[in-house]
Amino acid sequence: MWLRKVRETATGYLFLFPAIGLFGLFVFYPLVKTAYLGFYAQPVFPGLPAKYMGFSQYSSVLSSSEFLGDLWRTVLFVLFTMPLGIALGLAMAVLAHKKLAGIRVFRTIFSSTIATSVAVASVIFFTLLDPQVGLFSYWLGQTGGTGILGSLTWALPAVAVTTIWLNLGFTFILMSAALQSVPDELLEAAAVDGASPTASFWRVTFPLLSPQLFFVGVIGIISGFQAFGQIDILTQGGPENHTTTVLYDIYENVFDYNNSGKGAVMAIALFVILLVLTALQFLVLQRRVFYAGAGR
Amino acid sequence: MPAPDAEFAGVLSGDWASVPVAAHRSRLRAVLRYVLLVVVALVVLFPIYMTIVTSLLTSPQIAHRPPLLYPPSPQWSNYSTAFTTGDLGVYLRNSAIQSVSITVAVVLTSVLAAYAFTFVRFPFKRVLFAVCLASLMVPAEVTIIPNYQTIAAFGWLNSFPALIVPFMASGIGIFLFRQSFRQLPGELRDAARLDGLGHLQLTAAKLVRRMGASQQAPWTEELIQRGQARGQRSGL
Repeated sequence: MWLRKVRETATGYLFLFPAIGLFGLFVFYPLVKTAYLGFYAQPVFPGLPAKYMGFSQYSSVLSSSEFLGDLWRTVLFVLFTMPLGIALGLAMAVLAHKKLAGIRVFRTIFSSTIATSVAVASVIFFTLLDPQVGLFSYWLGQTGGTGILGSLTWALPAVAVTTIWLNLGFTFILMSAALQSVPDELLEAAAVDGASPTASFWRVTFPLLSPQLFFVGVIGIISGFQAFGQIDILTQGGPENHTTTVLYDIYENVFDYNNSGKGAVMAIALFVILLVLTALQFLVLQRRVFYAGAGR
Repeated sequence: MPAPDAEFAGVLSGDWASVPVAAHRSRLRAVLRYVLLVVVALVVLFPIYMTIVTSLLTSPQIAHRPPLLYPPSPQWSNYSTAFTTGDLGVYLRNSAIQSVSITVAVVLTSVLAAYAFTFVRFPFKRVLFAVCLASLMVPAEVTIIPNYQTIAAFGWLNSFPALIVPFMASGIGIFLFRQSFRQLPGELRDAARLDGLGHLQLTAAKLVRRMGASQQAPWTEELIQRGQARGQRSGL
């Protein structure tokens, strides 16, 4: 008995070793280095030694209006992109979940944005929104002037729409796969019991989709907080920092302003915020997620 | 009840009286669904279509007002220019090597880890799963500089291992496979164990096969796409 337990434990750790080892070397070791960098302020003139600031750099950066503004815009961006993105992906999956002639063509089209990358999607929308030659600018009567991406009001929504479009294919495929795994017998049983299609969707299908919805929600928040490529290509954080998120500010501090101490502090803060948000999602939502199988 | 074709002909010709009421309603639903499908498909495809159009225009045509919705004289030479002056061929080859290697490695490491998290009992399971998820929360931008130093210390600069090894494990992969494994019936595992299959054989033989293409293909594609993004960026 004792031996079996040891063997089982050893098996578990052996299976985890490749992933955890890689994370340790290429993710967490850099994270620790970053936390350490956060204690030092970069010298005003290059070449001088970095000055030790301790936690005072953490408190001053995190209470600055710059960081709080970044955080607010990041939250807005996630609120724009995540719920709408998931709802659209699910709606498209439900729409295409029917045995009709030619449905495969539609499924392929609906998942097509997965073949684009962040960079490709951003360049596509950058062209369409260009104030001089962009088609969307033309349609919206925004030709000339600063354009949509230069508008204080519309720049962030434009970046959000690009992100939603980019993620649509991924969400659609996940939701379609989840829909297909719902056993037909259950839906037939519900229909026999007199459930309307709407009722059987919300009472039978939806709970069975919950593991995938939970996944998309958790990943959606994490990737929303870490959106970078679309901001860099579309707006570079502008106009007047109206699309500068926490992550974009980190990037500018580390790579453009040579202020790695400040960037490091924000990076650690972003990490902690995501950790707390994800832990909350697991605490609040995980028990409502219905696993059909043996999951413990 | 008339043959389906007759019903459909009735719908098409607008001769609704020839269509029985129930069939009439379900036909109407199907037509409505097709209309919605086409509208959504057009919205999804439009940005891609316009990019293809733009790629086939000449410079003056791009500035044309109102913008052209189709290429009047497709400039296929734009593509050969990109390949010859832009070194696009080399980048595509590099991206292919990188993304295929990363995908194979990530599926392997993720399936192993997700299997352990779902079916094996060991201490600190929750903590270790949290560690895997936490790996997603570290911004890639802050790992670039330390990873550059690590890779330089390994002597891997300007080589494929530098583009592949740091990305061989994925928190998303582990999380996604875990969500699917948890929906597999426990009897499957118990039966396999009775048959004398070890953990490793079980992982490879039963579970992955049962996952089916529906779960694996999209996710493999997603990885390829991630690989592409990185390849392009390193190309730039």
